Amino acid sequence: MTYRRYLIAVIAMTVALVVLALACLVFGSVDIPVERIIDILSGRGSGNKAWDIIILQSRIPMIATAALAGAALSISGLLLQTTFNNPLAGPSILGVSSGAGLGVAIVILALGGSLGGILGENLGSYMAILVGALLGAGVVLAVLNAFSAIVRSNTMLLIIGILVSYLTSSVVQLLNSVATEEGVHNYVAWGFGNFSGVSVAQMPVYAGIIILALIGAALMVKPLNALLLGTRYARNLGINVPMTRNILLLITGVLTAVVTAFCGPIGFIGLVVPHIARISLGTSNHARLVPATILAGADIALLCALASVCNPHGIIPINAITPIIGVPIILYIIINRRRIQYFN
Amino acid sequence: MNDNAIFTTRDLAVGYRNGKNAVTLLSGLNLTLEKGQLVALLGQNGAGKSTLLRALTCDERPLEGTIQVDGRNLLEMSQKDRSRIIGLVSTERIQAGALTVTELVGLGRQPHTGFLGRLDDEDREIVHQSMVDSGIIGKANEYVASLSDGERQKAMIARALAQQTPIIILDEPTAFLDVASRIETMRLLQTLAHDRGKAVLLSSHDISQSLMLADQLWLITTDRQVLTGTPGDLIKAGAMDHLFENRSIHFNPSILDYSF
Repeated sequence: MTYRRYLIAVIAMTVALVVLALACLVFGSVDIPVERIIDILSGRGSGNKAWDIIILQSRIPMIATAALAGAALSISGLLLQTTFNNPLAGPSILGVSSGAGLGVAIVILALGGSLGGILGENLGSYMAILVGALLGAGVVLAVLNAFSAIVRSNTMLLIIGILVSYLTSSVVQLLNSVATEEGVHNYVAWGFGNFSGVSVAQMPVYAGIIILALIGAALMVKPLNALLLGTRYARNLGINVPMTRNILLLITGVLTAVVTAFCGPIGFIGLVVPHIARISLGTSNHARLVPATILAGADIALLCALASVCNPHGIIPINAITPIIGVPIILYIIINRRRIQYFN
Repeated sequence: MNDNAIFTTRDLAVGYRNGKNAVTLLSGLNLTLEKGQLVALLGQNGAGKSTLLRALTCDERPLEGTIQVDGRNLLEMSQKDRSRIIGLVSTERIQAGALTVTELVGLGRQPHTGFLGRLDDEDREIVHQSMVDSGIIGKANEYVASLSDGERQKAMIARALAQQTPIIILDEPTAFLDVASRIETMRLLQTLAHDRGKAVLLSSHDISQSLMLADQLWLITTDRQVLTGTPGDLIKAGAMDHLFENRSIHFNPSILDYSF
């Protein structure tokens, strides 16, 4: 019964992924006829150099970037929700994205305008940003992990996450006040969130790290399911709880940091998509939840990407779109929590 | 030493650590669990029932002493090995409402499954049988969220059974249940001990049920001794009068409970 529902959901999500990816290929600020796009994809070229470049070096990388970012943030959210036993946990609400953002800010503002764009083609500079993001996310996760042992209340942990976000943004403001104008400009542009920041040359690093971390998450299905019963039961089932938590937080940190470094601090996707997956599958079983969360995350991110390019007056920032999708879903979940199985 | 003994504590001391200071609640404990016996742990609130159980399940390190299982020291075993010896039913809140009962009970197979936790035909058969034995098979495909408290407790017991451990330890398994479910749960645990040869240890506030159904009692007295014996022997020895500090209530053997 539930297995059939799983199959139907996974097939629907996969079809949606293909449709959304094709839509992102066809729609954009420049109109390119579909026949020409087919020509470009089949390697014949459209005869229009600009169109070739737009499709091959802008739209295709953007589709891959968005799909991977959505999957990565959603899996981060799922792992945080299970690790902290808190359905409202997510990388942005717990301050993990802000932590990564602070790391990015320090690197961007320290290097000032020398970056040449948000993420320069220069390998050294974007590696520095990546390392900054990883360290920032890591520090926040370590703080959350320490506090989660002290404060048992779920709400308190969320408040700590929000406090961490405030703290990081005030540090960023302080940094801004001493940074060069170009550095500040780069940082502000990065903060809007966008899926066009990964170039073809950077794609192997971006995609490689995310795919490895997603595989890592898929291999943690057994301890994740044990953690649904709480730490004492998990221990009784033979799970090494501290080690498991550390691995899960490491995977979360890597996924959030990579996405944040390249795409900016993107809110709501990580919080909302695990709920979309649970509700559409009707299960908390991670063996099914992990694949469905990856697919649904990619779908939602592509939907946001599509919405962002469908404006004739220019690109809409991703962070202006995610709350419009995310907030109604969270409200629905909060209002209906008594009728949703996984809260009971 | 008795052949059926599978679990023995030697000079065990339990308590909690408060910074650098250790506060001892119970000490010098030499307790034994036997195959096929239902043991009830009784004591007033704060006497140390949960602390003792947490030490026995290795959730907290005891302050002193050892726990021997089949000649091995439980405290030095890996988590994995321990998970095949003791099955736990605790009062911890679980987030498993969106699992079916079958999936929940299937988690009990984790100590026996591979890296990804996939169940094979044999595992599924054991899960099925555990649900039959606990009387929850009728709800096998229902969500855990839809169960009553009593049914949920049966499902958790089925989960512990699927773990196939010789020992099952339950922390107040009847605490939130109505009378009917309480009796049903205690009967089930008695059957598991007597018919399946499990060593079952539970803590309880339900004095009369425990006296009627348990083979052995562990009584934590007000002066922090743990008295052990059959219910009949302990009643005869007057041990029941040392369970509560409140002097205005007395144990009444004719109703197997306390009265004013």
